[in-house]
Amino acid sequence: MSRNSDRFSYYAMILPGLVLLFAFTFVPLFYSIIAFQKFNPALGIQGSPWVGLDNFLYIFRVRDARQVFYNTIFIAVMKIILLELSAIIFALLLNELRYLRIKRAVQTMVYLPHFLSWVILAGILRTILARNGLLNDFLGILGISPVYFLGRPDIFPWVIILGDVWKEFGFEAILYLAALTTIDPTLYEVAELDGANRFQKMWFISIPGILPTIVLVASLSLGNVLNAGFDQIFNLYSPIVYSTGDILDTYVYRIGLIQGQYSIGTAVGLLKTVVSLILIGISYWTAGKFANYRIF
Amino acid sequence: MVYSKRLQDRIVDWLIAAFLLALGISTLLPLINTLAISLSERAAVSGGLVKLFPVGFNLTAYEYILKDVKFWRAFGISVLRVVLGGLLNFGLAILTAFPLSRNEKAFPGRTMFVWLFVFGMILNVGIVPWYLTIAGYGLIDSIWALVLPGAVPIWNVIILMNFFRNIPKELDEAARIDGANPWQLLWHIYLPTSLPALATITLFSIVGHWNSFFDGLILMNNPDNYPLQTYIQQLVIADRPILHGGQAQLMAKLSNATLNAAKLFVAMIPILMIYPFLQRYFVRGIMLGAVKE
Repeated sequence: MSRNSDRFSYYAMILPGLVLLFAFTFVPLFYSIIAFQKFNPALGIQGSPWVGLDNFLYIFRVRDARQVFYNTIFIAVMKIILLELSAIIFALLLNELRYLRIKRAVQTMVYLPHFLSWVILAGILRTILARNGLLNDFLGILGISPVYFLGRPDIFPWVIILGDVWKEFGFEAILYLAALTTIDPTLYEVAELDGANRFQKMWFISIPGILPTIVLVASLSLGNVLNAGFDQIFNLYSPIVYSTGDILDTYVYRIGLIQGQYSIGTAVGLLKTVVSLILIGISYWTAGKFANYRIF
Repeated sequence: MVYSKRLQDRIVDWLIAAFLLALGISTLLPLINTLAISLSERAAVSGGLVKLFPVGFNLTAYEYILKDVKFWRAFGISVLRVVLGGLLNFGLAILTAFPLSRNEKAFPGRTMFVWLFVFGMILNVGIVPWYLTIAGYGLIDSIWALVLPGAVPIWNVIILMNFFRNIPKELDEAARIDGANPWQLLWHIYLPTSLPALATITLFSIVGHWNSFFDGLILMNNPDNYPLQTYIQQLVIADRPILHGGQAQLMAKLSNATLNAAKLFVAMIPILMIYPFLQRYFVRGIMLGAVKE
């Protein structure tokens, strides 16, 4: 029997992955200790002075940081709610559509933005949302005067939220569409015999049928309430809208890497990491408990 | 009576179809607008006259891009990172997923390793220590900085591992009796039966590498090393023109907006080319990854 040589092969296979995991995930974790220092790149980790929790106390004192925290949660939560709501409605409507060709065509159209980067889409959105852009033209027809969408702090978060809905609603609907196909067709036939109309069938059969998926997505979303979408906001925001549009990730980037306050940036990032880990833990647990979900 | 009900039903069908088609088309309107701008003449673009069709159709912007060395250098770097990063992702996903798909008896420590990788996936250490780590390895301005940090695609590993675990054990045992070792088992049994899953994770990698811009922005100090998305980000978004000779007089003929729109569109082309595959395999990948009983 060659059990031992088998084991040796398995260890050999997994070794490169483990080394890279260690080098690029766990080594950065070690670097995070600079959150407790006043880190100076010239002195390195060994030479930089330790400051205990000063960086964290500083974060809680600055108003910026609190605002950023609030912006992050607001944008992320509204994104989750509106995205899932629109995906569910879209999936239900698509499920009602009987012309297969049109169904295919619509899916092909709405999935596309999902595959394009936020750099490309932000470039496109900047044009559309400009003063003389397509959207203001359209509003002009309705008699609304031009709006500077990317320069108004009161509107900016909504541009971000709806922009994300635009990019992802179609793709997000895939999960619900899959759940809809697993519903037993005889349920609809029986309901029809009982005289149920289209809306009643949707309400009493389709929606209960996708309820487990809704619960699953809702649970898993919990792990994302601190992720408001760095790539998107980074490519659309500007100092005029920092008050409502700056989020944790963009703030860490500017403080940590642009202004060179490595320790403050790391401290904010570390706080986010810890809270996120707890939230993801809870979300996996909830998803396992209420939707039978396991990742492995 | 029955007839009228059917008619009513069909009207609702038509309404739903019309609404969904309109929704689909309006999803694409912003993209169509950009394409139209890229094909229009300068005056029409700066006057805001271009909507969904080109005004004063011309290909000047595309001719300009064809001769733009910086653009193609960035394009080439993106292609290189897709190939290099894609191959690394592919190989490492297979090598990591296969042992993890074994049971604890065949591969002691399997469960612990799975947890370690899952923990590594959800642990997001923040951009500053991440940057310091990679700078510490001396990878700044190297192509390896763009492919090594994400070389183990943990989500893909999990998808593939779950796929391997669903392959009937009988195949496994039959090969064992013939004296196959784990490498032969992987090569002759597991890889050939996993082609759809492998296609899916490969497409995930390709799209991920093609689309990422942020690593290029912070890990490349020299703009000559920017991948395409970073190059476009600097040009179109951050509005930092990477100027070179002869651009000034061309600018007289060409509006910046037109040129930018054309660049955005050219950067989209690779994705559009593989879109049929993306649609098919991504949908499958989503189901592989997200729904389990």
